[in-house]
Amino acid sequence: MNIAARRMEKATILDVTGNIDMSNSPEVRKVLLQELRDKAVSRVLLNLSAVNYIDSSGVASLVEGLKASRDSGARFILFGLSESAREVLKISRLLKLFEVYDDEAQAIAA
Amino acid sequence: MSPSTAKQPRDARKAAKVSRAFLLKLELRSHPTLLCVLRGALEPLLENLGFSGESNRAVIRAVDEAVSNIMRHSYHGRPDQPIEIYCNRLQRSSNGEAEQGVEILLFDCGPAVDTTKIEPRPLDEIRPGGLGLHIIRGSMDSVQYKRAGRLNRLRLVKFNVASKGGCGSAEENPT
Repeated sequence: MNIAARRMEKATILDVTGNIDMSNSPEVRKVLLQELRDKAVSRVLLNLSAVNYIDSSGVASLVEGLKASRDSGARFILFGLSESAREVLKISRLLKLFEVYDDEAQAIAA
Repeated sequence: MSPSTAKQPRDARKAAKVSRAFLLKLELRSHPTLLCVLRGALEPLLENLGFSGESNRAVIRAVDEAVSNIMRHSYHGRPDQPIEIYCNRLQRSSNGEAEQGVEILLFDCGPAVDTTKIEPRPLDEIRPGGLGLHIIRGSMDSVQYKRAGRLNRLRLVKFNVASKGGCGSAEENPT
């Protein structure tokens, strides 16, 4: 799993590549909290188009990102969810809590 | 503890009375980096059993979460402990139609699980963690835990939605 950051004027796009499970979800959490808490970025867009699988620990990292964004008044946006990622968020009844878009253009325009 | 000194679940099949032939047996250590190996092994097996798309992903998700739970809760993050996984084909008859399924048995050598403490948390609480058991139950038709000798045994069963001919009384028969 790899996370690369693209910094824009008022947003950061985080491109995640690979699968997110308990072996690497702490890294996802760390990067999200760095952007949302430490750097106080006002919009963080998480690109999951190259992520086929997310387990419950990955979902927990996303929830931490969501809570951090609410605490700081920032927007935390997901886009490019695979069917698997969408399913696990649905089962966890969390899908509606996140701001989700199909692709990067929609997420930036939102 | 090194892998060579880790306690082996050699009596797993005996303890659990897994007397029939299984399609696939996997023995792995409790290292989180092996989860992707497990998922990679299960996908083609499930395809071979007729599971595709959502049902395939559901079984993989449940097994991955169950093994993650073993690593985290049964072995407390120790990466060198043994986990055994057996996969069997199941068939049942429902309304005169055969339904194909899969049975997955997971064994570990951790302490006995207190089943009164493994209820999934309410999902209306928005907080990280505690989702694994809910995901397992939401992905499979049947989830059963029991202590088998000195081993923990988790049995996961799912029948292929695409092959279902309806509900009703049905028997599970390993084939």
